[in-house]
Amino acid sequence: MSDDIAILGVGMHPWGKWGKNFVEYGVKAARDALADSGVDWKDVQFVSGGGTVRCGYPGYVAGATFAQALGWNAAEVNTSYAACASGSQALAAARHKILSGACEVALVIGADTTPKGFLAPAKGYRPDDPDWVRFMVGITNPTYFGLYARRRMDLYGDTENDFNIIKIKNSEHGFTNPNARYKKKFTKEDIAKSPMVADPLRLLHITATSDGGAALIVSSMDYAKKIGKEDAVKVAAISTVTPTFASGNVEMPDIATDSAAASGVNPVNYRSTIALKAYEEAGISPKDVSLAEVYDLSCALEMDWMEDLRLCEEGEAASLVRAGDTRVGGRLPVNASGGLSCFGEAVPAQAIAQVCELAWQLRGTAGERQVEGARVGITANQGLFGHGSSVIVKR
Amino acid sequence: MSEETRLTNAAGQSAALEGWYTLDDDRPALIGTRCTRCSTYYFPKMARFCRNPDCGSEEFEEVELSREGTVWSYTDANYQPPEPYVSPTPFEPFAIIGVQLDKEQMIVLGQAARGVTVADLRVGMGVELVLETLFSDDDGDKLVWRWKPAD
Repeated sequence: MSDDIAILGVGMHPWGKWGKNFVEYGVKAARDALADSGVDWKDVQFVSGGGTVRCGYPGYVAGATFAQALGWNAAEVNTSYAACASGSQALAAARHKILSGACEVALVIGADTTPKGFLAPAKGYRPDDPDWVRFMVGITNPTYFGLYARRRMDLYGDTENDFNIIKIKNSEHGFTNPNARYKKKFTKEDIAKSPMVADPLRLLHITATSDGGAALIVSSMDYAKKIGKEDAVKVAAISTVTPTFASGNVEMPDIATDSAAASGVNPVNYRSTIALKAYEEAGISPKDVSLAEVYDLSCALEMDWMEDLRLCEEGEAASLVRAGDTRVGGRLPVNASGGLSCFGEAVPAQAIAQVCELAWQLRGTAGERQVEGARVGITANQGLFGHGSSVIVKR
Repeated sequence: MSEETRLTNAAGQSAALEGWYTLDDDRPALIGTRCTRCSTYYFPKMARFCRNPDCGSEEFEEVELSREGTVWSYTDANYQPPEPYVSPTPFEPFAIIGVQLDKEQMIVLGQAARGVTVADLRVGMGVELVLETLFSDDDGDKLVWRWKPAD
């Protein structure tokens, strides 16, 4: 397939709340990815950084900061900011550069240091800013997670116990993952003791924000052959589509959805359209998927993603969860890495970290969390302002 | 719309978000806009360019949105949100509802009326819009729209 690119190397800095400069996390991840690939840093022709609005001067304009830290090598540089999809857009930029023949080998990198507590909007009376308005009326990020979770309960009969099973599963998956932040096997009692944040979601059902860094070395298939790595796992598709009007999803930071009142217009579920484009581009069907890494901002949202990725019919995710199908060792493991549940979110690195996990899984080197015989993996994530992504990785 | 220029109601209360809803004592409503060409509704108000990609009109009229709808979903806030939310001391948890408006074919979020908890709510139940005090300052009570289960 001419549209494939090779993943030659992957690397991560463990997630945590380390409080160090984000560049340090990125350099560690990049050096690990370079060592994993066998590619010399000076041979890397393109540095594609996932950006962040944090860490000052918007993430020091990410691509260049990492290029300098690794030692200027006259590579071309790119920075992508797309909220939670920043890492996928950085990967997409590298892929386009490679597939167009403009470069052979690239570094894709993202890292973040997150502040403590709520991310609050700028001060003043600013009713034109939807982010300001929703906080004014008391709507925080967990509000949106709670709305989606409660809707599942009322429509499909999902229960708090289903969310607990997912939390326990993910905590078991992440327990032996050296890059996970939370390495504790949570019990139902632990979850029940954690405070209710946004009914029906308790603190342990909701993701935290974390520091972390992740990096990939990607190349053309010709370059992979040239260095004896023609068997490298491949990126088969990257979707970074925007929503389709009228977006029917209640999304941060908006207090209302699009109106679908115009004739010929219907509400469209954005999350499912992100995945659909990835499947089409890869020529791969949901039935071919061995495992999925999805954005479990809450444990309930993991089930929404399973349905949006067409891994099961709408409303049926809980039955897979209850049957243990989504555990490592089950029919269709979800978040074998431990997911956001064990990592917390390091925004510009998270989509890249999802691809790192799929690379390890498809190589068969994921250790105790290995999904046996994994051949195709899919990622999914979604962030503010109509950004989302899905990446398909195959053997 | 007369309410638009009426900055306080009979009790001297004003809107926390000026011009976002009428201050009608009996039947308050959110104020949105409607594209006069394709009928797409907007809340908050949009009066510059229609976001329907098949339309693109720049002609809008201001309209009161349906003040009754059905519960799309609901949750609550058990921790004090950051500024600009103005909290009573001590913080009082409140419920939040996403409401499906039939005519407008959109979902609008808002707090639930005071005293309404998640135990009182269910997806699909009818709700109506009311005005309640969000906070009070030197200028008096500041009102906000809230959703209340219909009688």
